[in-house]
Amino acid sequence: MITMEHVCKSYRIAKRNAGFAEACKALFHREYEIIHALNDVSFTIHDGEMVGYIGPNGAGKSSTIKILSGILTPDSGTVLVDGRVPYKNRIEHVREIGVVFGQRSQLWWDVPVIDSFALLKDIYSISDICYRQSLEELTELLNLSELLRSPARQLSLGQRMRCEIAASLLHRPRILFLDEPTIGLDAVSKLAVRDFILRQNQTHKTTVILTTHDMQDIESLTSRILLIGKGQILLDGSLDDIRTGNESIDATVAELYRTYNI
Amino acid sequence: MKTIRLYLHYVSINIRCMMQYKTSFLLSAIGQFLVSFNVFLGIFFMFQRFSNVEGFTYSEVLLCFSVVLLEFALAEMVARGFDTFSGMVRSGEFDLILVRPQNEILQVLGSKFELTRIGRMLQAVVMFTYGIVKSNVVWSISKICTLLFMLIGGTVVFTALFFIYAALCFFTLEGLEFMNVFTDGAREFGKYPLGIYGKKMLLFMTFVIPYALIQYYPLLYILDRRTSIFYMLLPLAACCFFVPALLLWKFGVQSYQSSGS
Repeated sequence: MITMEHVCKSYRIAKRNAGFAEACKALFHREYEIIHALNDVSFTIHDGEMVGYIGPNGAGKSSTIKILSGILTPDSGTVLVDGRVPYKNRIEHVREIGVVFGQRSQLWWDVPVIDSFALLKDIYSISDICYRQSLEELTELLNLSELLRSPARQLSLGQRMRCEIAASLLHRPRILFLDEPTIGLDAVSKLAVRDFILRQNQTHKTTVILTTHDMQDIESLTSRILLIGKGQILLDGSLDDIRTGNESIDATVAELYRTYNI
Repeated sequence: MKTIRLYLHYVSINIRCMMQYKTSFLLSAIGQFLVSFNVFLGIFFMFQRFSNVEGFTYSEVLLCFSVVLLEFALAEMVARGFDTFSGMVRSGEFDLILVRPQNEILQVLGSKFELTRIGRMLQAVVMFTYGIVKSNVVWSISKICTLLFMLIGGTVVFTALFFIYAALCFFTLEGLEFMNVFTDGAREFGKYPLGIYGKKMLLFMTFVIPYALIQYYPLLYILDRRTSIFYMLLPLAACCFFVPALLLWKFGVQSYQSSGS
């Protein structure tokens, strides 16, 4: 179970106007602006739930994911994931979670994917039997058998994303964080990834938290959505709650963003 | 034990990556060799004109320089991940390290193992051999131990400097070129026994950043200018320098802010 209560996180960001002269001025005097990335965020996610975490760019989605995965420490508030405080017992915590950052690769660029997997096996101290089972299962479900022997740099984006997802599931985490997993994928790869996530959730009861801008992801995967804007949770409910007719899901969400003025 | 095995796994994957680019590897290694060879030439021509520097002969200076060079190359080979750490912070790659259930230091060390430094080491070994043959040092067990201690202490001190360099990146996000004064600069300084730079410099290099402990003092012992066993053990004392470096690093990790998206 994941609980966040009254979590706040702010960053200090240096600001200046355009131009070289301004840049020189900023060397001596810098103006800072405090950005409240998260402002009193609270929610609870139960085991085995699949939650879509949506909101416009810069709303605080990534900050939330980073706090939940132990990368960032919140300024205030309490965070508990299966009874652990992520940023305090980092090593214990990350053993039980899997994270996929759509924009960042965890595979070694120049060696075959299977070599990266073997290193992850050692990093997570996965036993031989478990590793073989996970690998077999993931290879079959994500259709990796052709890819494992090629270096990551020679894979297409869709192929690489399938490998990334497999890499973050080798140790069979109980919670999976997906940060824009379908970004830049073609239709076929998207469907494959979605199908896999759904299956993973059903067969292994993996809790999945998904951030995305692709509303079809949300539509096909999650029953519950959390809408965040300007650092606050604005809506926590099902997709049906927000639908106002039979317009497309994108239009619905755009309408929603307008209503909340975010 | 497990940690060592994991580290070796990292090293092996690094080497496998490098083998993908054979030519690049060879050229870099040769380049490293030539750069150091250049410095050697500098010393060589100097001694064509002067027969000694503050009482140190040519071969003694070579001995001194080669040890520092070897230490530096070793530290750079192992701790290259810390030397290039600013990139890791800025690209957000460090996030990926934090979501793995292993010590951060081990992972950063493992992220980059720079085998090309073998070129620099080779140069150091050649000079070192030459220095030993020519310097008429009568080798004894205690002197060989001193030499080993120098290698250990020196590698630790340089690695500690890389740690400090990396830790500062947490606050500035940029690599700080001025830190190179202490790393590359020390290597250049280390060409000659540090005593020749004067009393004030020697004090700085003894008590602030312990270069002298890994170079000058043990060298005096090896060259029979000091006989106290104290001088033999000083390089090991220099390892204490690692403690503040480690603390600074830990502090940096704690105040890590991550980068966008």
